[in-house]
Amino acid sequence: MATATIEAPASGPGSVHSSLHRSARSRKARDRLATLVVLLCLLLAMIPLAWILWTVLSRGAGLLGDAHWWTNSQRGITARRVGGGAYHAIVGTLLMALVTAVISVPIALGTAIYLVEYGRGTFARAVTFMVDVLTGIPSIVAALFVYALWVTTFGFQRVAFAVSLALVLLMIPVVVRSTEEMLRLVPRDLREASYALGVPRWKTIVKVVLPTAFSGIVTGIMLGLARVMGETAPLLILGPYTTSINMNIFHGNMAALPTFINQDRNQALQPALDRVWSAALTLIIIVMVLSLAGRAVSRLGSVKK
Amino acid sequence: MSATTAPPPGQPAGDPPASLLSGTGTSRTGDRLFAAATRGSSALVVVLVALTGAFLLWKALPALQKDDVNFLTSRVWQPAGEPPRFGIAALLWTTVLSAAFALLLAVPVSVGVALFLTHYAPRRLARPLAYLVDLLAAVPSIIYGLWGAYVLGPVIAGVDSPPRKALETVLGWVPLFEKTGVARGNVFLASVVLAIMILPIITAISREVFEQVPVANIEAALALGATRWETIRVSVLPFGRPGVISASMLGLGRALGETIAVTIILSQPSSLDRFKLSIFYGGETFASKIANNASEFSTPQKTGAYIAAGLVLFLVTFAVNAVARVFITRRGEV
Repeated sequence: MATATIEAPASGPGSVHSSLHRSARSRKARDRLATLVVLLCLLLAMIPLAWILWTVLSRGAGLLGDAHWWTNSQRGITARRVGGGAYHAIVGTLLMALVTAVISVPIALGTAIYLVEYGRGTFARAVTFMVDVLTGIPSIVAALFVYALWVTTFGFQRVAFAVSLALVLLMIPVVVRSTEEMLRLVPRDLREASYALGVPRWKTIVKVVLPTAFSGIVTGIMLGLARVMGETAPLLILGPYTTSINMNIFHGNMAALPTFINQDRNQALQPALDRVWSAALTLIIIVMVLSLAGRAVSRLGSVKK
Repeated sequence: MSATTAPPPGQPAGDPPASLLSGTGTSRTGDRLFAAATRGSSALVVVLVALTGAFLLWKALPALQKDDVNFLTSRVWQPAGEPPRFGIAALLWTTVLSAAFALLLAVPVSVGVALFLTHYAPRRLARPLAYLVDLLAAVPSIIYGLWGAYVLGPVIAGVDSPPRKALETVLGWVPLFEKTGVARGNVFLASVVLAIMILPIITAISREVFEQVPVANIEAALALGATRWETIRVSVLPFGRPGVISASMLGLGRALGETIAVTIILSQPSSLDRFKLSIFYGGETFASKIANNASEFSTPQKTGAYIAAGLVLFLVTFAVNAVARVFITRRGEV
């Protein structure tokens, strides 16, 4: 961003000059109008947030107070019947997210360390570019790629692990970006002090640089998790829904909150619809707590700007 | 952002002085292994992206070769036929239309919000407000879909909804706004929801750029007696333009690839309907077409057709993101 150059506005400084000649009253009026418009923009942006949260809260809060919601699955529950819980979907969502994190965090940390501590030249530029490409890759494309690899090439079944592989592609760029940013904030003096003590470079990175940037890295991981937990497209392609609890990521169908919602959203029967909104609220709570906590961690961060 | 001690961008942060490089044998081995490990994970990222393109192309090619109609210009979608007939014209239209209209709605609002947060709001308020805008990005897309289809839809996009009626009456003579009988599940609603979804990302990047306008530029305008709006117009907006364009492109990329929200919202017109260009018509985007038919991936030929659609989506988003990068060189790029 720093490279954006200051361009003279098309009309040049003359536009200030000429506008200064306009009557003071009309200039004041324009100024007030602009303030009003800008304020309206903010209100306009806040309406959907409030509206969505209100919708999900008012329609979904009912079931969340029931302990069964957190401990039971939907096994044997038809759309006609009230009851059952979201345990199977919550466990599935958390399990897939955990597997995703275990795979993607080491790769992302390595990449970020390379870019900040070692990277230069063509290869580093290529890596930066590819991370940018990954940032913009639609989740359905990531899912199709894993489908082409996992199902049509290797001939495996559609299982939770394949979903995690697709999510890895989506999580890596988030963690690389935030880690990179944090590592760049670590003062050079710290590294030099460590070198001066004769500490080798890799130990300096592991024992000095990474701990200093730790909170920022945790933030990146939490934001990445929040992103992948809310993803639906990879689940549609690679992770068929089931009403039962399944803890095996390599075998059988596994439920997740987004597919739980997607499964019953077209139901006309109220018990099923209530569960859809409750699942939506559960998902929104998990994702928002993660991303809010992530930001809070970064605020308490140890790298002083 | 710029701590005085931070290394200048463009240089590796931790280059030790040359004299240290001649350390003991063990530490050099450790250094070499560690550097190789980080380079390995970087290479893995590059390989993953390359593989994505390669695999999609590999799986799509056989189906594309058998395709009996022009893949780019046909609106037919019958991948199961013998020979298969499928083209992406309709998908491309719906995808681009919904994303472009979403961008048109989102950019002005995002720029307004970003200006408010950087140049109007009191400092104490700006941070929590920015936090709230960012919360919009934390809402999972399936919830946008649910809310859009069942709550917002009846209000703004139904056949009798005032915003839709107004648009149809005033602009109905333009094919783009032609009146249709499609209730709710139309591109118009999808675009509004997409606009809300991409608003936080455009706002966040614009805000970052507006914050970096040199104080000297602003003070120069103020010294000439400019009002706050005039200051923004002559110093903030020109400085921020490349950033805003780049942010819009990133938002556009998001909107083009969004899957589940669009899938829930858009209704598929029956194959007997005459194809319409209107935003009040239904349709399918690349992503929603693939998502709607995820259970149909039974034969390599059918799967290949959908993967071909995915490949086009990949290329389009790739191009859009590349354009975004041209306008903005990422801070600290090597």
